[in-house]
Amino acid sequence: MTTDAGEASRRDFLVVAGNAFAAVGAAAAMWPFVAQMNPDASAQALSSTEVDLTPIKDGQAITILWRGKPVFIRHRLKEETERARADDTAQLKDPEARNLALPETTKADDENRVKPGHENWLVLIGICTHLGCIPKGQSMADARGEFGGWFCPCHGSHYDTSGRIRKGPAPRNLDVPPYTFLSDTKIKIG
Amino acid sequence: MAQHLSSYKPTSRFGKWWDERLPIARMMHAQFIDFPTPRNLNYFWTFGGILMVCLVIQILTGIVLAMHYVPTAEDAFNSVQHIKRNVNWGWLIQPIHAVGASMFFVAVYIHIFRGLYYGSYKAPREVLWILGVLILFAMMATGFLGYTLPWGQMSFWGATVITNLFSSLNEIVSGLGTTIVEWLWGGYAVSGVTLNRFFSLHYLLPFVIAGLVVLHVWALHVAGQNNPTGLDVKSNADTVPMYPYAIAKDTVGMFAFFLLFAWFVFFMPDYLGHADNYIPANPLVTPTHIVPEWYFLPFYAILRAIPSKLGGVLAMVGSILILAFLPWLDTSRVRSAKYRPYFKYLFWFFVFTCIALGWLGSKPAEPPYVAWAQFFTLCYFGFFLVLPILGLIETPGQLPKSISESVLGGGASLPSGAAAAPEKR
Repeated sequence: MTTDAGEASRRDFLVVAGNAFAAVGAAAAMWPFVAQMNPDASAQALSSTEVDLTPIKDGQAITILWRGKPVFIRHRLKEETERARADDTAQLKDPEARNLALPETTKADDENRVKPGHENWLVLIGICTHLGCIPKGQSMADARGEFGGWFCPCHGSHYDTSGRIRKGPAPRNLDVPPYTFLSDTKIKIG
Repeated sequence: MAQHLSSYKPTSRFGKWWDERLPIARMMHAQFIDFPTPRNLNYFWTFGGILMVCLVIQILTGIVLAMHYVPTAEDAFNSVQHIKRNVNWGWLIQPIHAVGASMFFVAVYIHIFRGLYYGSYKAPREVLWILGVLILFAMMATGFLGYTLPWGQMSFWGATVITNLFSSLNEIVSGLGTTIVEWLWGGYAVSGVTLNRFFSLHYLLPFVIAGLVVLHVWALHVAGQNNPTGLDVKSNADTVPMYPYAIAKDTVGMFAFFLLFAWFVFFMPDYLGHADNYIPANPLVTPTHIVPEWYFLPFYAILRAIPSKLGGVLAMVGSILILAFLPWLDTSRVRSAKYRPYFKYLFWFFVFTCIALGWLGSKPAEPPYVAWAQFFTLCYFGFFLVLPILGLIETPGQLPKSISESVLGGGASLPSGAAAAPEKR
C-alpha cells in the first residue's frame, strides 16, 4: 500500500518491521537446537596425557589416544631425521609447520615440527588431513609411502619422515599437538 | 488432474456420510483408480510403484529394528548381532532392512535412467524431476547414516571419511570446515555421541523422503506420466485407466523385483555389504581398503579422481546436483531417445560411464585406476556438456502422430483399446 505520492505507507513499514522481528525471533529460537550438537562440556574438558617413552626403541612408534584422536609418537632413526632435514628444501605441498604450539606462519622445516634437543622424537596427530583416516606407517612392516613416513591407504596420501604431505590429495601436513618434555623419557601431551 | 472427474460413487450410507465430510476416498479413486495412464507404458514404468513399496518396507522394518537396537558405541555392534541371533524373526527383519537399502537404490537408479532415456525431465515435468533429485539426496543421506549404525569398521571409517568431506570448506573459510565437522561429530572425532545423533537422523529422514514422495506423486499427477514415445496425451484413445491396467502391470513388475529381493535376503544377505563391517569399530585402526556401499561407488570414484581435496568434494556433490539442471541442459524438443539417433548412443555411453566409475570406485586409489577414474569423470561431466549442443544439431527421427498410433499401427481410429476404458471424462 502506498500513498498517492508513491511512498511507502505506515502499514508497509509495520509489515516489514513485523516480519523482520518475527524472522529474527525465529532464528534466535532455532539457535539452541543447532548449538546442542556442538561438543559438550565433557568432550571439551581438555585432558592431557603423559606418555613414558622408555619402551619405544629406535625406529619404533606407538599410537596413543588423546581427546579421542590417535597421536603418533615415533622414535626416528638417525637416517630418518636426516632425511627429514634434507627434505626441508624440497618442494613442500604445505609450506607451514602446523605445529599447534607455534604461530601459524612458521615454516614447515623439520626443526619446527620437533622439540629442540629431542629431534629423534616426532609427535603427530595421526589423522590424515584429507578425510580423516589413520595413515599406515606406525608398524615397521607397514607401507610407508614414497617418502618413508606414512601412507594413507584410503586415498593415497604420502607423508615424509617429518609427517609433511608430499604427494596425494591431503592438503595439509599432519598436525603437531601441543606437548612438552617433562624429562628425557616422558612427555605430556595437551 | 483438475479436469479429470472421479467416477467414485459411495454406495453405503456411511460412505456417503464420509464423502460429504472428507472426500479422501473420492480423491484416491480419482488419482489411483480412474487416473488416465498412457496406454503404451512399458515395464520401466513399474519402478515408481516398486520404489514406494521399498520405502514402506524400509520404514516398517526400521521401526522394528529400532525397538531392539542400542545406539551407543559400547553396545551398537552387539545389539545388531543380538537382533540377528536372538530377537524373534530378527534373522529375517534385519536382512530385509539391510538388503532393502541396496534394492531401493537398484530401483531408484533404474527409475532415474528410465527418466533419462525417455526425457521424462523435460517440460512440463521439471519440478517433478527436481523433486526426484531431492529424494535421491535424502536417500543417500539416509543410506549413509544407516550404514554407520552397525558400528563395524566400515561404519566407523565411512562415517569418518564422509563427515570429513565438510572439512574441505576450510579451504574457503579457514576454520569453517572444522567447526562444521565438530558440530556434526559432537566431539573432536567420530564417537558414540556421533552414533547416537546419526541414529536419530536416520529415523527422521525416511519421513522427509515420504513427504517428498507425496509432492513427487502430486507433481506427476498434475503433468501426467511420460511414456515411451515421449508424446503428450492427445485424446482419450491414448490412455487407459490406472486400475486395472497400470496397477496390474505394476504388480507383475513388483513380483519380479521382490523375487530378486528375496533371493538376496534369504541366500546372500551379506553379499552387498563388507566383511570388514563384522569387525567392531576401532578408532585406532583404519581398514586398508575403505569403500562405501556399492550405490555410492561412482560418486566415490569422482571424489578420488580429483587430486585436490576441495575440488574432489565439489566434483562429487556437483555430479549429483547437475542432474537437477538436466531439464535446461537438454535442448532437444523431442523427449524420447527412441526418436533421437545420436542421443541414444550418448545415453548408453553415459550408462557405461556410470558403471565404469562404480567399478573404479571399488578399486584402491592407485595407478592405473586413478587415471581411468579421471578419464571417466571427464566423460561423466562431458555428457552434460554435449547434451545442450546435441539438441541443436541432431535431426530427430519420424515421430508417430499419437500414442495410440504408435501402439495400434496406422489405424489411429481403431477404437478397440478405447472401448476397454470406462470413459467418463
